[in-house]
Amino acid sequence: MSARHVAGTPSGTDAPGLRISRRTFLATGLAAGGGLLLTLKFAGRTFADDAGVAAYISIAPDGIVTIVAKNPEIGQGMKTTLPMLIADELGVEWKNVRVRQAMLDPIYPGQFAGGSLGTPLNWIPMQRVGAAGRQLLLAAAAHTWGVPVSQCEASAGVVRHRSSGRTLTYGALAGKAAALPAPDLDSVTLKRPSEYTIIGKFTGGVDSPAILEGAAVFGIDVTVAEMSYAVYEKSPVFGGRVVRANIEEIKKLPGIRDAFIVRGIDAEAPIKMGLVDGVAIVADKWWDADQARRKLRIDWSHQAVSDQSTQAFERRAAQLAQSAPRSIIRRDGDVDAALARAPKVLEASYAYPFLAHATLEPQNCTAHVTDGGAEIWAPTQDPRAGATLVARTLGIDAGKIRVHMMRAGGAFGRRAYNDYMVEAAMISKRAGRAIKLLWDRTQDIQHDAYRPGGFHYFKAGLDAAGRPVAFRDHFVTFGHDGRLAATAELPRDHFPAGYIPNLEYGQTLIELNAPTGWMRNPGGNALAFAFESFLDELAHAGGRDPLALRLDLYGPPRVFAPPPARRGMKIPPFDTGRVRGVLELVAQKSDWHRRTALPAGTGMGLAFYYSHFGYVAEVVKAGLSREGTPKVHKIWAAVDIGRQIINPAGAYNQAQGAILDGLGQALHMAVTFENGRVVQRNFDTYHLLRINESPPVEVHFLRSDNDPTGLGEPPLPPVLPALCNALFAATGKRIRTLPIDARMLRAGET
Amino acid sequence: MRYSILVNGNRRSVEGAADTPLLWVLRDELHLVGTKFGCGIGLCGACTVHLNGAPTRACVTPISGIGEASIVTIEGIGESEWGRKVKEAWLALDVMQCGYCQAGQVMAATALLVRNPTPSDGDIDEAMSSIICRCCTYTRIRAAIKRAAGLQAPETLEGEL
Repeated sequence: MSARHVAGTPSGTDAPGLRISRRTFLATGLAAGGGLLLTLKFAGRTFADDAGVAAYISIAPDGIVTIVAKNPEIGQGMKTTLPMLIADELGVEWKNVRVRQAMLDPIYPGQFAGGSLGTPLNWIPMQRVGAAGRQLLLAAAAHTWGVPVSQCEASAGVVRHRSSGRTLTYGALAGKAAALPAPDLDSVTLKRPSEYTIIGKFTGGVDSPAILEGAAVFGIDVTVAEMSYAVYEKSPVFGGRVVRANIEEIKKLPGIRDAFIVRGIDAEAPIKMGLVDGVAIVADKWWDADQARRKLRIDWSHQAVSDQSTQAFERRAAQLAQSAPRSIIRRDGDVDAALARAPKVLEASYAYPFLAHATLEPQNCTAHVTDGGAEIWAPTQDPRAGATLVARTLGIDAGKIRVHMMRAGGAFGRRAYNDYMVEAAMISKRAGRAIKLLWDRTQDIQHDAYRPGGFHYFKAGLDAAGRPVAFRDHFVTFGHDGRLAATAELPRDHFPAGYIPNLEYGQTLIELNAPTGWMRNPGGNALAFAFESFLDELAHAGGRDPLALRLDLYGPPRVFAPPPARRGMKIPPFDTGRVRGVLELVAQKSDWHRRTALPAGTGMGLAFYYSHFGYVAEVVKAGLSREGTPKVHKIWAAVDIGRQIINPAGAYNQAQGAILDGLGQALHMAVTFENGRVVQRNFDTYHLLRINESPPVEVHFLRSDNDPTGLGEPPLPPVLPALCNALFAATGKRIRTLPIDARMLRAGET
Repeated sequence: MRYSILVNGNRRSVEGAADTPLLWVLRDELHLVGTKFGCGIGLCGACTVHLNGAPTRACVTPISGIGEASIVTIEGIGESEWGRKVKEAWLALDVMQCGYCQAGQVMAATALLVRNPTPSDGDIDEAMSSIICRCCTYTRIRAAIKRAAGLQAPETLEGEL
């Protein structure tokens, strides 16, 4: 039960982690007009962007501070959070801060959004950057007055000499500070939490006003000079190759500039989200290009995979469950012997579907490939991986690819893949001009890196006191050529491993021809439902309160030794005291102990999940509507992500949003396959949660004395089992397959 | 074909095939990109604009059918009293996560409040359930509508912040 979710980060990249590399130094420089640049120096180069803005901080003589947000903004608020950390330590007022989005640049560490790592990786480094700036300004003031630095203090953009009361503004000091050497980041002193002026305060998103004017520029909104629009049609069966297409006919359609076949160059591309075969159409207007796409006639070669179907997967899984697992993930004690001795034995099978991310902004990218290199404007979570993919596929020097990180209309893991980026680059290269590639919704749903489905065949034995003493999961999951599909794994330390003496996790693969990949809380978004629901079954079978059973299993507060540091980040240890903390808090807030007093037909369910270093317990109160569909009355969450909530505005929103996202998955979301292709085409067949289905979500943060960690993902998993456990309490019917089929709740077997 | 349309109080001349949806005229011809593309079949509401005050899906409204109707988009909605109040409430509660759907949310919420200045939860559900927020900011959308209307905000937001 260690920090396994570090694995949920873009490992395909060479993101160097958060520690600024040994060859990169903090540096000062003089800004145009006499301001201060606090920037980075690498291989003799002092960094400033096209507009002369420093890597991190630029202070103008008028006191306006420009802070650079180095990471992509995909909706988790990093463009606000990271500058808040710098600004607070710098000692300026937030109203005088302007935020500028960085481009991809090797000088920055960790320019990606993923794994809920934005906060834990940047929390200390960004504060140090701000503190270094404050230290410089203090030194400049002390020097001006000829007094020791220790007699000066800085806040709200002003340095003050304590005994004389003299003051100088940051703007006035900026030019002088620019001539001082930058301090070593490791040597600076950070504020005490009681001194924070921005951290912990409700701070609206820096782009929010522009969004409400329709002026924020998302990837889809990019316009560059001499730009055309492009569409790209790929095989509905993954990996299909173009045999022939009516290219000449398409070229004659109104408004069409060009049409051509693009060849995928890597046999692995369909699984790895690289460039695959397709037909590109380039036009002066996107609508014309997309209308022409509808007139395409393409012959595809599909090989042997066009019989892939969800029904066949289900039949195959049921068959495989009859035999022993093909491989063993973990084996503790002797499960068979313990089951034979156990007074009570339970068996249950759980299943969940494939999911598409369905970012509301469909995949898109603007690219201009020239002889000298490429310029790319992309809504991406992992621009470095995208540039690497483009460089490799097009044979361009990666150093000559400039990537603008555009605000993304949702990402959820989808934009950790850069298939749309390499398509745009290749189309631009072939068309010999700048193009904006935009997919339609059907393409977006039918060409994704899906959250893999899975099947769990559980068997467990309880002792006379209702405590689990034996636990087995035969996990039937998906793979490709005998290798596990991306994010289709059951980690060997997944709970309850280590907490039940006799335990076995086994695994068997079903062959899959479709890409799979990270989706908000990879692994957890699926496994929590199966494991925490079955645990609820065990509690009921053993006559135990589901809360008490969990507290009993996790035991008294214990701190496990953490794994070694990764990416320059100290991995926090797993602490069962924090599990207990959130379980007890959510029970108290939801009145869990008085749940038996709820009216008939209403029930409460509980679940806990640890992921991305966050501890989250949730209670759902639910029943059935008059129409016999699930009706969620309210959700409570207790969340422990450490001592400091950096921005309450973002934090509660993230937690509520992630929980409702999970609720939507439980109620609606499923991708199915038929004849090798995805069946769902749009929001009429791939349903997302809507406001009329959204209950109140009450979030409570437990401020334990631990360094802050990320929040985008941890609150999602528990809601799925908590809902199903609540529906069991309300109806006596156990949901073992997602999404929830309301007919199962009204009648039939339990 | 050439069409003359009235957008945010300005008369604009645009060129396009008769079946071109208003969405693409706004975005690619007039560069009013605040109106977003989400599904193309009128199911997600990201493209919601007002046509003579009525919330309308621009992605399924052909340019040839607009005629003399007055079009208001997110770029122009702040000119109206309710549009301004809605935007102020949205900022005060920082409703946005990724922000992509929020133009549609604001357009739908404004149309609701013009018609019904004191909406109940049921009224909000009915008016707003046609606009998807993939980030699920629904808790705040509900609270922001109530704030704009001067109604008591739901407990979940009051309790948390």
